[in-house]
Amino acid sequence: MEINKQISGPVIRTAGLTRHFTRNKQTIEAVRGLDLEVGAGELVAFLGPNGAGKSTTLRMLTTLLEPTSGTATVAGFDVVRERAAVRRSIGYVGQGNAAGHQFRGRDEVMAQARAHGLSRRDARARTEELLEAFDLTEHADRPVAQLSGGQRRRLDVAIGLVQEPPILFLDEPSTGLDPQNRVNLQDQVRRLNADLGTTIVLTTHYLEEADALAGRVIVIDHGQVIADDSASALKSALGDLVALDFASTDAARAAAERADRVAGAQVVLTGTHVELRAAFGRDAAPGLVADLAAAGTPATRIEVVGPTLDDVFLHLTGRSLRETPSTPTEGAAA
Amino acid sequence: MTIEIDLPVTTTPTLVRRTAVQGRAVGVLADIGNVLLRELQPVLRQPASVLFAMVQPLVFLGLFAPLLPTTEDGSALQWFVPGIVAMTALMSASFTGANLSEEIVSGSFERLLVSPVRRSSLMIGKALREMVPLVLQTLVIVAVVTPFAFDLHVAGVLLGILVLVPFSVGLGALSLALAIAAKEQAWIFWTVQQTVIFPLLLLAGVLLPLDGAPAWLRFLSDLNPLSYLVETERALFAGSYDLGTLASGFAASLVVGVLGLWAGVRRMNRAS
Repeated sequence: MEINKQISGPVIRTAGLTRHFTRNKQTIEAVRGLDLEVGAGELVAFLGPNGAGKSTTLRMLTTLLEPTSGTATVAGFDVVRERAAVRRSIGYVGQGNAAGHQFRGRDEVMAQARAHGLSRRDARARTEELLEAFDLTEHADRPVAQLSGGQRRRLDVAIGLVQEPPILFLDEPSTGLDPQNRVNLQDQVRRLNADLGTTIVLTTHYLEEADALAGRVIVIDHGQVIADDSASALKSALGDLVALDFASTDAARAAAERADRVAGAQVVLTGTHVELRAAFGRDAAPGLVADLAAAGTPATRIEVVGPTLDDVFLHLTGRSLRETPSTPTEGAAA
Repeated sequence: MTIEIDLPVTTTPTLVRRTAVQGRAVGVLADIGNVLLRELQPVLRQPASVLFAMVQPLVFLGLFAPLLPTTEDGSALQWFVPGIVAMTALMSASFTGANLSEEIVSGSFERLLVSPVRRSSLMIGKALREMVPLVLQTLVIVAVVTPFAFDLHVAGVLLGILVLVPFSVGLGALSLALAIAAKEQAWIFWTVQQTVIFPLLLLAGVLLPLDGAPAWLRFLSDLNPLSYLVETERALFAGSYDLGTLASGFAASLVVGVLGLWAGVRRMNRAS
């Protein structure tokens, strides 16, 4: 579509974007005054706990929900006043299944292509192409209800890509997928961004996913942006946890002193157990272990743990995700 | 022993297009046509599915018709069958929201809402689908009863179907609107649907004639559009083409059709 080429600068822009819900006479501020810019060709992940406002934001950007106040433009079109143009410009993969369960996969991809104005012939060709790309050709004539979770999710993405949208929104794309399917999906998303320059915005509550995929991670909590950075920057601000065990307390003490020399490390010694947290700790760990062995205090056990969403969250908000009472906002809005 | 694993090589074909993806603006009629075609796919792929909605009318036909007294002006079946046809239309169209409920829960409705399909086209296309079960079900009922004491008037049956089309489409639209309003709470849909259709059915004199009914019941029956439709169907199925009866039935059907679509489109426009 030509819409693609006319855009320079940000393809998504929000100003004071706000959405309230009223539930049982209580006002829930799902999204509060969001100011965002996403440039053409970016791959952005909205990261946050359930109920943080990620999906509500996505639903406003995709015209499913009207903002309570504030504005948003997508592909240069206002999400309230120019809904039709926004809908033509975007692909959307929601939390549910795009393909109706009583339909057949091929029919659903075809129907979506026709809805986007492809001629019958182009629609048919595009359908076959997508079915093939997502390895669905042999399942395309079975009712969607009979497909596996992974097959259905691939079908959802195929349907979202039918018109080759310049902007693609994915809401929790990998929820419920097994690890293999998750990796495959992430691979497809990355290629779409790299090969076609598609701007991609996805929501996730897995830090690993945001890390593996997105160049830019926007952490959202209580309807507000609390961090907006690259995944590696978010993580290096926290560092990896390297846990070491030793044969004796003396060896552990000596090791703790040695570990203290790792740049920026915070070291905690507990008996024969040493923990250090440092940026790029996983890169420093092999050298440290070799040094300790050479110094005559070999480690008996080592464990390296990367930062989790919980750690990022704890660092940014001072509270753990587990302490966050889950608000029903997101679920109720979906 | 060491097992050496080759680094994974991605084998999925790239998504770079080979086909020109050249979407054009879709006109209103084409939009409605696309929605209607999609709706009909499960029916076309599995025509027997239409018959499931008819179990109840066929049970009524089988278990109720033998109880009917024989009258001097033609067989009881002749009187009973047109009512059952109207009842089938009522049941089938009012059930249609259940399909939408399923689509709302599974997520495919959301995809349609974000697609470029006009909201009005989405409602009209989905409601127009009701024409197909109406035709198929009426033909099945007529085929089932024709070997018995039933005089077949082909023109009357066809006209009868035509008269029922706006009613079915309008009622289908109302059922869809109800499903959208009930959202993911399917019990709301069923409660309202059941509460509405049985009074409509009984007040239309489908199962028992209302001739001897008290005045208040007659009054309620007069307010029921289905009453006029059943009366018209009975005339048409008997091969009587009285213009007045035909007009009153068609007018009642049109009122339901127009109001149903209007309410349905309004609700669809606010769907999220």
